[in-house]
Amino acid sequence: MSIDVHLTIDGQPVTVPAGTTLLQAAAEAGQAIPTICYHEHCTANALCRLCVVEVEGARVLAPACVAQVSDGMQVRTRGERVDRSRRTILEMLASAVDLSEAPEIQRQLEAYEAQPGRFPEAERREPALIDDNPMFVRDYGQCVLCWRCVQVCADDAQYTFAINFEGRGYATQIGTFFDRPLPETTCVFCGQCVGVCPTGALKPKREWLLEQGQTPDEIMALTRSERRRKQRK
Amino acid sequence: MIQPDRITATTCPYCGVGCTLELHIKDDFIYRVTSPFDSVVNHGNLCVKGRFGYDFLYSPARVTTPLIRKTPQRPGARTQAFDRDEWRQVSWDEALNHVADRLVELYRRDGPGALAVYACAKATNEENYLLQKLFRALFRTNNVDHCTRLCHAGSVAALLKALGTTAMSNTAAEVAKSDCFIVTGSNTTENHPIIALQMKAAVHKRGARLIVIDPRRLELCRSAALWLPLKPGTNVPVFSAMAHVIVKEKLYNRAFIEARTEGFDELAASLEAFTPEYAEAISGVDRELIAQAARMYAQAERGAIYWGMGISQLAHGTASALGLINLALLTGHIGREGTGLNPLRGQNNVQGASDAGAMPYHYPGYMLVDDPANAEKWERAWNIEPGGLSRERGLTTTEILSHAHPGGVRALYIMGENPMMTEPNLNVTREHMQALEFLVAQDVFINESGAFADVILPAAAWAEKDGTFTNTDRRVQRVRQALPPPGQARPDWQIVSALAARIEQRLGRPNSAYWGYEGPEAIWREMASVTPANHGVTYARLENGGLQTPVPDESHPGTPFLFAETFPAGRGKFFALDYVPSVELPDEAYPFILTTGRLLEHWHGGTLSRHSELDALYPEALLELHEIDAERCGLRSGDAARVSSRRGSVVLRVNVRNMTRPGVVFIPMHFAEAAANLLTIDALDPTAKIPEFKACAVSVTRAAEAELADPQAVTRRGRY
Repeated sequence: MSIDVHLTIDGQPVTVPAGTTLLQAAAEAGQAIPTICYHEHCTANALCRLCVVEVEGARVLAPACVAQVSDGMQVRTRGERVDRSRRTILEMLASAVDLSEAPEIQRQLEAYEAQPGRFPEAERREPALIDDNPMFVRDYGQCVLCWRCVQVCADDAQYTFAINFEGRGYATQIGTFFDRPLPETTCVFCGQCVGVCPTGALKPKREWLLEQGQTPDEIMALTRSERRRKQRK
Repeated sequence: MIQPDRITATTCPYCGVGCTLELHIKDDFIYRVTSPFDSVVNHGNLCVKGRFGYDFLYSPARVTTPLIRKTPQRPGARTQAFDRDEWRQVSWDEALNHVADRLVELYRRDGPGALAVYACAKATNEENYLLQKLFRALFRTNNVDHCTRLCHAGSVAALLKALGTTAMSNTAAEVAKSDCFIVTGSNTTENHPIIALQMKAAVHKRGARLIVIDPRRLELCRSAALWLPLKPGTNVPVFSAMAHVIVKEKLYNRAFIEARTEGFDELAASLEAFTPEYAEAISGVDRELIAQAARMYAQAERGAIYWGMGISQLAHGTASALGLINLALLTGHIGREGTGLNPLRGQNNVQGASDAGAMPYHYPGYMLVDDPANAEKWERAWNIEPGGLSRERGLTTTEILSHAHPGGVRALYIMGENPMMTEPNLNVTREHMQALEFLVAQDVFINESGAFADVILPAAAWAEKDGTFTNTDRRVQRVRQALPPPGQARPDWQIVSALAARIEQRLGRPNSAYWGYEGPEAIWREMASVTPANHGVTYARLENGGLQTPVPDESHPGTPFLFAETFPAGRGKFFALDYVPSVELPDEAYPFILTTGRLLEHWHGGTLSRHSELDALYPEALLELHEIDAERCGLRSGDAARVSSRRGSVVLRVNVRNMTRPGVVFIPMHFAEAAANLLTIDALDPTAKIPEFKACAVSVTRAAEAELADPQAVTRRGRY
């Protein structure tokens, strides 16, 4: 039996079962909280902090994707402190990462009136595109480190464990163990990671080639000749 | 960023799981495949084939015009023609007239038994229904079969005998509700990848215990509580010894046995001989492991069994499956959610092609052809004169080719199958193919079998047509056209309808069956109106995730699991089993047991996957060898080896992996240049007529690098 919990979200009373996250409770109350790293299919991990909300009496903002409801909670999903926090997160992200293929994040930038140029001195993350297999390319210059790809490769879906975080702090990137090309890792090319990527960081190779201006015929010929070349090596 | 012109939702063409695909299309080019996260079968997950393996659609090797062989082929001297220069491009009219003329000529000369057809477990339900209708209604023959014969015929025969059923009893995703499940003879990770994800989640997230019974240390063994590494072909003693333990230790479900089964006493008496010690001596599996597995399964709250080709593809395939059915009936692990007997069907639509009557003993809906009441029912449905349909059982897939000689089968019509890769003992298959008088191939490529044909009819591929597939857990799902067929290629249903009309005209039948379908939906309506399990399935009802048959009427919600109250046969029957050794056992000249199977990256005869970038991920056949055996043969990973049986030999590279138990070697079936089926034995199960793909004796010796078909092919992969 689940125990009911009573709280208010933006002043509106809500009753939900214990264990519900603030994100789910807000959705019940009709309040959409913006997210980046959160995905319904993945374990929530409170990485991006865009979903932070203000809880009455709490010292710090709470990430709504993992924070759970408790009785008598008073939650505010908008407000100056929340908005400023979200705006800063978006501005920092935009200062370092290519968000041109992340339309949802761009919409958030607009919604929070973020200034993408607020940190002009920031060092942009521009690692080279990795094209090491026939199925998809990895452009970590577009990666927002949401961790979804790592999670679906692990026990959120595939139990394959081919990729993980590497590096620390600003140098953090998604990678394979010992930087091996994907075909030499445990990767099975299910593409679960491509399916959950919120930006253009992970992309089917044929889509990428199409963007490069190749025609479908050229793409099909190219992938085949590339294959022959690799075999001859 | 590319904006799609359209996104078409359809069903994956590869395996029996039946994942939902969304094809993102720009200028008729599929550039991305996704799956909705609320998809009922696969919850947004896909495997490499579903997500990336569709590109065979765009291969320049596609057949896009009807083709007729330039050099007329004589029976006995038929040759393979892969080169387009050996074919003449013709109009549809010329091709269809030619096929109709020749088939009718041979039918008039030699009678109904001279014609046979391979239907196709890759094609839609509607197309299979229509093709068997053509051969039954017009040529009055039941020589209709498809690859189910090479796949789960043993399982289907056993399920029919014991329970009166022909399919998985439960839904694959119900594994989440099991607290213990057995996977045997199935490399689920590679062959039903999405079901394997659900199995692993059941173990790691919900604490279910997995028992793997398989000669190979499969990837699933990493998640297993127990692995029983049996020798190929020793299923019956292992399953019977488990039953022995369950009976001796009184772990059986007495209430269930009394209420729902018959034949317990005979079974119990027959199990006396199957002690774990005896099973250990034959199978090589530690007696304690057998006893532990028996206890674990019997004492589970909800135990389920999932099995694959390792059970059915044996000369005692039916007995193997009966061994599993005995276990489920003893323990009562059937008829409830999270329990059940679940043969994992291989092809995307092998369940559907069987349901649609592409089988020699059954009309659509598993109505036996030798029961006059069934024949009369279909005579009425097809507007055929009373007594018109043949009451004789037809030839099975394996028998059709072995009957290819004067006085036997003279003409063969192949829709999308590739027997020159998938039959056992291919050197003999080749002789049979050569002996045919007329051969038609309806396919998307010229494969190893189509190369023998007189006529090739270019078919539309799965993304180029509408229809339905039925997946392994009996779910009928929509297939939707996303692209126009290339060149003059046409959907199979259009080709068959057009051909049927011409044949009917030539035969001058007094009554006329209906061939003027406006589309697949009309064909489905006709089939559903006569097959009770499909009465309630309409295209409109399939829009949201499909329906699991049986669906007896239009208000019925479908059937996730079967046999809650009773079995179609009434009581479930126990069968006392004998251990029959494999037909060919290892000896001094051929000291290893060869077992064959599939790879994650490829599909069966290779017609599709070897025309895809999938081939770049896994371009060559590799021989799996245990290190003990490798040392014995003086071979290391990467060396070239010759593998020979009494029937043929192939050369391929060695992969020392310790995946198999010592004494057992493994070769995947997909690669024409080292075709595993050149080695396999054409011994058949007496009931199901399924060949013994999973066990034959071979020798392994060093070969020269130059003997490899493609020394440049490299497989450098880190996956299991």
